Amino acid sequence: MDFQVVVLAGGTTKKLVPLVSKEVPKALLPVANRPVLSYVLEQLELSNLKDLIVVVEGQDAALLVGAWISGAYVDRLHVEVAAVPEDVGTAGALRAIAHHLTAKDILVVTGDLVSDVPPGAVAAAHRRHDAVVTTMLCSAPVGGPAESGSSAGKDKIKKPRRYNIIGLDPAKQFLLHIATGAEVEKDIRIQKSILRAVGQMEIRTDLMDAHMYAFKRSVLQKILEEKDNFQSLKQDVLPYLVRSQLRSEMLLNGVSQAEEKGNVKVGSQDNHVVVSQILANASTQSFHELYASGHNGSASVRRIHKCCAYIASNNKYCARLNSIQAFSDINRDVIGEANHLSGYSFSTCNNIIHPSAQLGSKTTVGPHCMLGEGSQMGDKCSVKRSVIGRHCRIGSNVKVVNSVIMNHVTIGDGCSIQGSVICSNVHLQERVGLKDCQVGAGFVVTAGCEYKGESLARKEK
Amino acid sequence: MGVQRKGGTRVTEEPEELARHPLQAILLADSFTTKFRPITLERPKVLLPLVNVPMINYTLAWLESAGVEEVFVFCCAHSRQVIDYLEKSEWFSQPNFTVTTIESHNSISAGDALRLIYERNVIHGDFVLVSGDTVSNMSLTQAIQEHKERRKKDSNAVMTMVIKQSKPSPITHQSRLGTDELFMAIDPQTKQLLYYEEKADHIKGFISLDNMLLADNPSICLHNDKQDCYIDICSSEVLSLFTDNFDYQHLRRHFVKGLLVDDIMGYKIFTYEIHSSYAARIDNYRSYDTISKDIIQRWTYPFVPDVTFFANSATKVEREGMYRAPEIEQSRSAQMGPFTVVGKGTRIGNNSKISNSVIGKNCAIGSNVSIVGSYVWDDVTIEDGCELRHAIVCDGVIIKSGAVLEPGVVLSFKVVIGQQFVVPAYSKVSLLQQPTMQDSDEELEYADSNSGILDSSISGTMDKLNGEMTSEPASELGPGGAGYVWSISEGGHEDEWRHSVAPIPAEKLAEAMQAIEDDLELLNLDGSALSPSGELKPDYNSNDSEGDDDSRDDTFEKEVEATFLRAVHENIKVDDIILEMNSLRLSYNMTSADCAGAIFYAMMKLALETPHPAAGELYKNVASIVSTWQKLLKFYAREIDDQIEVILKFEEMCLESAKEFSPTFSQILHLLYDKDILEEDAILRWADEKKDAEESDKVFVNQSEKFIQWLKEASEEESEEHN
Repeated sequence: MDFQVVVLAGGTTKKLVPLVSKEVPKALLPVANRPVLSYVLEQLELSNLKDLIVVVEGQDAALLVGAWISGAYVDRLHVEVAAVPEDVGTAGALRAIAHHLTAKDILVVTGDLVSDVPPGAVAAAHRRHDAVVTTMLCSAPVGGPAESGSSAGKDKIKKPRRYNIIGLDPAKQFLLHIATGAEVEKDIRIQKSILRAVGQMEIRTDLMDAHMYAFKRSVLQKILEEKDNFQSLKQDVLPYLVRSQLRSEMLLNGVSQAEEKGNVKVGSQDNHVVVSQILANASTQSFHELYASGHNGSASVRRIHKCCAYIASNNKYCARLNSIQAFSDINRDVIGEANHLSGYSFSTCNNIIHPSAQLGSKTTVGPHCMLGEGSQMGDKCSVKRSVIGRHCRIGSNVKVVNSVIMNHVTIGDGCSIQGSVICSNVHLQERVGLKDCQVGAGFVVTAGCEYKGESLARKEK
Repeated sequence: MGVQRKGGTRVTEEPEELARHPLQAILLADSFTTKFRPITLERPKVLLPLVNVPMINYTLAWLESAGVEEVFVFCCAHSRQVIDYLEKSEWFSQPNFTVTTIESHNSISAGDALRLIYERNVIHGDFVLVSGDTVSNMSLTQAIQEHKERRKKDSNAVMTMVIKQSKPSPITHQSRLGTDELFMAIDPQTKQLLYYEEKADHIKGFISLDNMLLADNPSICLHNDKQDCYIDICSSEVLSLFTDNFDYQHLRRHFVKGLLVDDIMGYKIFTYEIHSSYAARIDNYRSYDTISKDIIQRWTYPFVPDVTFFANSATKVEREGMYRAPEIEQSRSAQMGPFTVVGKGTRIGNNSKISNSVIGKNCAIGSNVSIVGSYVWDDVTIEDGCELRHAIVCDGVIIKSGAVLEPGVVLSFKVVIGQQFVVPAYSKVSLLQQPTMQDSDEELEYADSNSGILDSSISGTMDKLNGEMTSEPASELGPGGAGYVWSISEGGHEDEWRHSVAPIPAEKLAEAMQAIEDDLELLNLDGSALSPSGELKPDYNSNDSEGDDDSRDDTFEKEVEATFLRAVHENIKVDDIILEMNSLRLSYNMTSADCAGAIFYAMMKLALETPHPAAGELYKNVASIVSTWQKLLKFYAREIDDQIEVILKFEEMCLESAKEFSPTFSQILHLLYDKDILEEDAILRWADEKKDAEESDKVFVNQSEKFIQWLKEASEEESEEHN
C-alpha cells in the first residue's frame, strides 16, 4: 500500500512525571515489560505498513527511541527516527517533517496507542471513500476519566466523562461534526449546511477520537503550510477539515491529479477553470456527491472533501497511555482482559512467569500477573494483578497488588504495594507501605515509611 | 360510505379503559393564519375544496376510519358556515362517531381554542389533536398504543407527535410543502423529541444544542429530513398546560418549544414516525397544490376521488390518472391530459387542453382554452381562448375570452376577469378590498384572520396609496372585470414564490441554493477570521466575559462604596452591613480580597472627603473611621492575601486617585497594624514582593522602611524568645 506512517511518539511529557524521565521517554514506558511504542509498531507491521517515520520530541529522547527501534526492528520495519523540538504540538511535529512525506496518503498514529484495531482497516476505509481525512473512533472508556486517584471514583458515579462530541451520518461512515477539548463542555453547534446536505446526523458522546488518522498527503501538507497557527491535529486540523467539508478550500487535484482515478468534471467560474474531483470509488452516491452535483441550475461544481470515520467495534481494545492512571489501567488490561495484545503466551494459571525467575517457598503469583526475566522473589510473597519487570529482587513477605514494578527494583522484606507504579532502580527498604503511589526512577524509600497517593521522585538538578 | 372501519379497530386498549373513555379528537377548524387569503375572507379554510371535496371531510373521514369515536370541531372564523355545513352533511348522523361543534368568536390562536375546550371539560383522556386541513390515511392504533404505554411508565410523556420522512434532496425538503425548514433532535432509542426549530434563523449558520441534552443520552439524532405532520396524540394534561400557561398561542412555536426549553415541569414530547402511510397538512397554496396531486396520484388511498367517502360524487378513474364524474359534456376535439379531475356537469369546448388540473362541478369551459396545473372550483365560466397556468380559481369566477392567468394567480369568489386581460403572476384577486396592511406580527396575524369583517374605509385609503394597481376596480381587471387586485406586502413578496401554487422557477431555486451556500461562506469566514485555532468562534465569549469583568469590577466597587456610605450616614450596625456586603459579594461573584480592597477604598475616600484643614487632620479622620469600622474591614481581611490586597489598594490610591495620602502612608500602615487589621506577615510579605520591583514602585516601601525594619526585628525577637 502506498501509505507512509508517521508515529508521533511524544517526548518526556509532564503529565507522566515521575514515570518518564530523561532516561525513559514516554515511548519507552513499559507495558507488560515491553515499550508502549512496540504495540503500535507491531500492529503496523501486521497491517503490512512498514514505511515509518517515528517523530520524537527532543534530541535526547529521539536517540533513546532510535537506539531501541534499531535494536528491536532492525530488519522488520523501515523506520526513520526524527527529532523535533519540544512543545510544538502534533501539527507542529508533522510540519517539521512535512518534507519527508512523499506517499499519496499518510497515516498518523500516536505512539502511546495500545490497541488491536488494525491500522490497515483505517487505511482501507480511507482509500475506499477517497477521503481527505479518516479518523479512528473507539468507544470512550466507560470508567472514570483518565485522572488519578480518588477524583476518578467520584466521576464514575456521576457519569462517564465525555471525550468528544461526534456527529456521524446515518451510515456511520462520514464524520460530520467533531468537538474536542474545551468545546466538549459547551453547547453543541451544528452547521446547518452540513445537516441540510445530509438530512440526518447522529450525535454521539460515547466515542473517542483515538488519534489515528489517515490523511491525504497533499491536503495535509497544504493545511500545515497555510494554517501555520494550527498546533494540534486533534483540536485544529481535524475540526477544520470537518467543518469545511462542503466548502473545501483544498484543491484535491493538486500535484497528484494524474494519479487519481476518479472522473474529472470541469466547470468554469470567472474564466478560471475549476477542476474538481468527483469521487467515483464509493459504491453508492454519498450525500457529498449529491451535494456536489447540486441541482441543474448550478453554475459550478461544488468543491467538497470527505471526512470519514472508522469506528472500531466494541470488542476491540483501544486505549491511550496519556496519564498515570491510563498507564496502570493499560498494564492491568494487557495482562488481563486484553492479554492477546501482549504477545506472550499465558500459562494455565493465566499468568506469565519467566523461566529464569525464581520464587521462594509459599510465594503465590495469581492470575493476570507477569514476572519478568531473572527476577527473584523471597518466601511467602503474594502477587496479584501486577507486572513485575526484569531482574527485580523482592524480599520475603511482600504483597504486590494492582501495581507495576519496572526493572531492577529492589524491595525489602515485608513491603506492601498496592495500586502503585515503581520505576526502575528503585529501592524500597523493609516494611514500606505504598498505596496509590508513583515512585520515580532511582528513588530510595526508607524503611518503615507509609505513603498513600503520593508521587515520590528524586529532585531533578 | 365505502371506507368505514369503525371503533372496533382499537383492540389494544384495556377493556375498562375503553368503557370509560372513547377515543376523542379535537379538530381545529381554523388555522389561525392568513395564508389562504383572500379566499378565506369569504369561506373558512376547512371548507375549501380539495380535489372537489371540502378539506374537513378528509380529516373527518380519516379520524373515523382510524377509530376515533368522538370529535370536537372547534370553529372560530366563519363558524356559522362550518356548523351549517356539518349540519347539512351526514357527519352528525354517523353511528359510533359523534361530531360536536364548539363555537367561539374571540379565539385568536390554537392556544385560545384549547383553553376554551378545557373550560368545557369535554375531554376525558388521551385525544388526537389535528387541524381541519389534515389529509392522512395513517392508522392511529400503533401510535396511540405507544403513547399509552409510555404514559404508563412515565406520566410526564404528554404528547406524541407524528413525523414523516420527507423527500431526500435538500431542496425539496422545503419546497414540497412550502413550509419552513425544520430541524429536530430526537433520541434514537426512546424517540423523545429534544429540540424543535421551525422558523430557522437563516442568518445563523449553525444550530446550537444545549450541552445538557447530551448529559443523559450518549447519542441523539439531528434531523433535517423529517416533516411534521401536525398530528398530535395528547394526554389531557396538554389542555391544562395551555390553561396554566396563558401565553401559549401557537402549538409548535409556543407549546412545543415551551415544553422543550423549560424543563422545570419535566414534561416530555415523543415522536412517532410513519413510513408507509400518508400524512400532510395543507398549510399554504403550495401544499394545497402538492397534496392535491398526491390525492390524484392515490397516495392517500382510500381517500381518493373514485372512492366515495363523504360529499364526493361517483367518479370514474381512467388511465393516466384521469378522473371523470358523470354528466360531463366534452367536445371530441378537447384534450384531457394526465392527472386531471373533472367534476360533475362540466362542459368543455372544442380544442381545449386540460392537464394536471382539477375542475369542479358545473363549470363551463369554452373552446381553445388551455388549463395547466390549475385548480378550478365549482360554477366557473371560462370563455374561449383563455389560458390558465398554475392558478386557483374559486367558485363563480368568470374569465372572459382571451384572458390569461399567469402562474401563481389566485382568483377569489365571483371575480370577473375582463377580456384579453393578463393577470400578472402571483396576484391575488378578490371582490373584497384588501384589509389594512398588517406587518407580519404574529398576534396581529391571528387577530385579523379572525375578524372576518373588513374595515373598508381604511383599506380604501390603502388602495389609494397603492395608486396605479388598485385605483379603479372596473378597469383594473380589464373591460368588464370585477374585483380588486391585492397588493402583496413588501416582506411577503419575496416569499411569494415559496408558498404559491406555481412551480418554483429555476432561478429562484438557484437563488435559494446560493443563499444556503452564502451561509456557508459566511460561516467559514467567521470561522477563520475569529478563530484561527480552529474552534468555532470561541474567542467571542471569553472576550465578552473579560470585558464584563472589568466593568463589573468598577460597578462592584461603586456598589460597595455606596453601601458603606449609607452605613456611615444611617449608623447601621456592623453586623448588618456585613450581611449586605456578603450579598453584594455573592451577586458579583467576588472574593473576600476584592471586598476588603473595595471597603478600604470606600473608607479612605470617606476620610478624604470629610473636611480636614491640614494633613494632620486627614490622618485623624482616617484614624477615626478606621477605628469605627475596623470590624467590618477585619471581617473581610482575615487572610494574609486579603490584607496584602488592602495594602496594594492603598498603594494604588496613593499613587493615583488620592495623592493626599501619600505623605502619611507609613503612618496609616502603622495604624492598620495597631488596629490588628494588618498582620505583620502581610506587611512583610508585601515588602518582600516589592523587593524586586522598579524604583518607582518602591516609593512606599522605602517610606515605611523604618516600620518594616521594626516589624522584622520584633518578629525575630519574638522567635528568639520562643527558642
